[in-house]
Amino acid sequence: MEFFKYTRTFNFMGSAKPAIFLSSLLFLASLALLVTKGLNYGVDFAGGTVVQVQYDTEAPIQAMREKLKGNVLFNGATISEFGSPDEVVIRMKSTTGSVTTDIGDVTREALKGTGNYKVRRVDIVGPTVGAELKEKGIMSLLLATFGILIYVAFRFEWRFAVASIVALVHDVTIALGAITLIGLDVNLDVLAALLTLLGYSLNDTIIVFDRIREGVTKGKNLELQEIINESITRTLARTTLTSLTTFFVVFTLFMFGGEIIHAFAFTLLIGIIVGTYSSVFVASPILLWFGFDVKNYHVRLASKAKRETEKQRMRDQYESGVM
Amino acid sequence: MKLNYRIVIFALAIVFGVVFSMPSLLQTQDGKKVTLGLDLQGGLHMLLGVKTEEATKSRIKSIAASIKHFAERNDILIDGLSFDENGVAFEVLDSDELAKFDEFLKEVDGAIVSENNQIISLTLSEEEIIKTKKEAVSQAIETIRNRLDQFGLSEPVVARQGEEKILVQLAGIKTQEEEQRARELISRAAKLELMAVDEDRNARVYSMSDADAAEYGDIILADAKNPEIKYLVREIPILDGGMLTDASMGFDQNNRPLINFKLNAEGAEIFGDFTGRSVGKRLAVVLDGKVYSAPNINERIGGGSGQISGNYTVMEAKDLAIALRSGALLAPIYLMEKRSVGPSLGADSIRASLVALIGGFVLVIVFMLVYYRTAGLIANIALIANLFILLAVMSLFGATLTLPGMAGIVLTVGMAVDANVIISERIRELIYQGKSIHKSIEEGYANAMSAILDANITTLIASVVLYAYGTGAIKGFAITMSIGILASMLTAILGTHGIYQMLENKITKSKNNRFWFGIKG
Repeated sequence: MEFFKYTRTFNFMGSAKPAIFLSSLLFLASLALLVTKGLNYGVDFAGGTVVQVQYDTEAPIQAMREKLKGNVLFNGATISEFGSPDEVVIRMKSTTGSVTTDIGDVTREALKGTGNYKVRRVDIVGPTVGAELKEKGIMSLLLATFGILIYVAFRFEWRFAVASIVALVHDVTIALGAITLIGLDVNLDVLAALLTLLGYSLNDTIIVFDRIREGVTKGKNLELQEIINESITRTLARTTLTSLTTFFVVFTLFMFGGEIIHAFAFTLLIGIIVGTYSSVFVASPILLWFGFDVKNYHVRLASKAKRETEKQRMRDQYESGVM
Repeated sequence: MKLNYRIVIFALAIVFGVVFSMPSLLQTQDGKKVTLGLDLQGGLHMLLGVKTEEATKSRIKSIAASIKHFAERNDILIDGLSFDENGVAFEVLDSDELAKFDEFLKEVDGAIVSENNQIISLTLSEEEIIKTKKEAVSQAIETIRNRLDQFGLSEPVVARQGEEKILVQLAGIKTQEEEQRARELISRAAKLELMAVDEDRNARVYSMSDADAAEYGDIILADAKNPEIKYLVREIPILDGGMLTDASMGFDQNNRPLINFKLNAEGAEIFGDFTGRSVGKRLAVVLDGKVYSAPNINERIGGGSGQISGNYTVMEAKDLAIALRSGALLAPIYLMEKRSVGPSLGADSIRASLVALIGGFVLVIVFMLVYYRTAGLIANIALIANLFILLAVMSLFGATLTLPGMAGIVLTVGMAVDANVIISERIRELIYQGKSIHKSIEEGYANAMSAILDANITTLIASVVLYAYGTGAIKGFAITMSIGILASMLTAILGTHGIYQMLENKITKSKNNRFWFGIKG
């Protein structure tokens, strides 16, 4: 089976302008969402408590609210369904410091009389730990981006590195925008998904860039736009296939992975779509607009090769004792 | 068909993968297995803080107690012995005895002693305070570990995190009651103090405030069984649990559980001295600030053993004995983070992630077969080998499999075939260009190599950062991703290359590119 035949080259860069327009629109919309609505930090980063309760029958959310009303600890607590009508999570901002009787125990006691229930999960993250996790999370995103930037700059060229980072920022921002839009809690798992997205989206970009590099160094074509179009076309089958297989597995994870893995899978799902799109329509046009000069690159490559052979010649002479 | 070094290495890798993943897959008795994370098997994860300033306080209190004992033993009259969080002060009534005291106080580690008009004040040096705080954390870790080792759960984790935090992980907690018990055992101060009841003033205890009591150097403590009953006791204890050598559960004559304890030689001596001097008075057995009993002293008690009686259940008495035996916490601990997952939720998570894994796996396998035919089959063999090797490596290292870790495996399935997709596309391209099968395969692999390496290394960079900065379950994700990527280099690049080389002649002869690579021609 074949999706794409290599008989003709698609003119991707011809539609670069509308693509960049669309990207900018999505990017700005995401930024606007992030600024106005803001990320909904979960307990991992904001600190607080999550108690997951499972009932034998449908959870009596109204009765639970009544029961929690009395205690200041539960001020601003929200109760929402979790995966099924029988199961709910109670989220609250407060935490407690006692090891023996914590806010989870208080909640369990407070719910007495609402039916037959089981507390299945208690997450308590104190404010200092939350702040620390947040700091570490931001650091890890920056560090990963920086590490990747260095690597790509080293393996390719600085313009490639900058173009791929722009694509990464684009992907992460839009993924964050989508998370904000549907109001997902941002916890450690979402951070892990974002970091995976960094790696994944970069994968796609690098495969395309690798072809462009190959076209630039080995090909005779001097027109960068044509090299890019040719490279994207040649890698299109791979891009589509890998995106599809990854999409399949993330989709099954999203559908059947259970409520706990939901935010993670959702972030990746968006990330795969945006990441695939950006490697073709964001990273490559930027490379083009940076005015990467193929001719100049050839000249530099040639002089570098010349220097190498010169050096080698000198060394050979020296070793054979001519000098 | 011919053998080549690649196929040999690949075969060895598969054997390695299958053999070492068996203990985990079949859950055999012997052999190294993958440990399930707390989120999958259920359990308790806690990050505890230590109130280290309390350790300094209790250090000063015990210095005060030793000063008092020294004075009494040597018949030196002192007055106004008091202490606060900074230090101890007292007056030596006979100036001739000052030298004796100086000698004694010199022995106290890290103490800064000053004397003015026979009033001696003692504070702790800055280094000593830091040292005391550090020791309090180490001691808390040691103590909690000792207690949990005797609790009966398999492999509790107790580790220092950062400067002053303690990580406690208890896997396999089955019930709410068990979790409660474990938490009580961990946090129990288990601070045993033997204190003298202030018989001169005890009658007035109900009309006294804490401030009144402090004026006499006393404190008011409540009875453990009935908090309505109060005792007025001397604030500086006769001795504390630091001098305890053993504690065990026993029964009294009515067959009610109680705790027997033994003191070391020094403690026994102090205890003997005190009881000998205080016949007719009462001795309060104080545990964690509550009076458990206050028996009358009928005679001098030598030998240094005693009992704590309370309304214990057998379980409580057992746990308390464990806590006393493993020593008191020098400083109280508090909860900074807690994650507790019930075993039923863990089981649900395992089921859900297995469904996702199998579902994703089947989709990918079928897709590759349909699209690439035999090339797809070869990629699938590599993928299955990859999963075995991943599991084998994790088992050998005793790595922990968490829910995000499961997601990492699912993701590996999707991404590991990537290398084969890149290679197959390159081979197809070269065949279209009319190259021979041999050339197409060799050049296909050569051309694909740089892209695969670059892509994998960047993903590895992200995984390593995730491992370094991630906590708990997230680390599990970084581990499975990293091992999956590394294993895919072995299986998807080297392994499949070996298979192609082995089949090369067959492929050339058959001339059926549709069967082998899923393309016309």
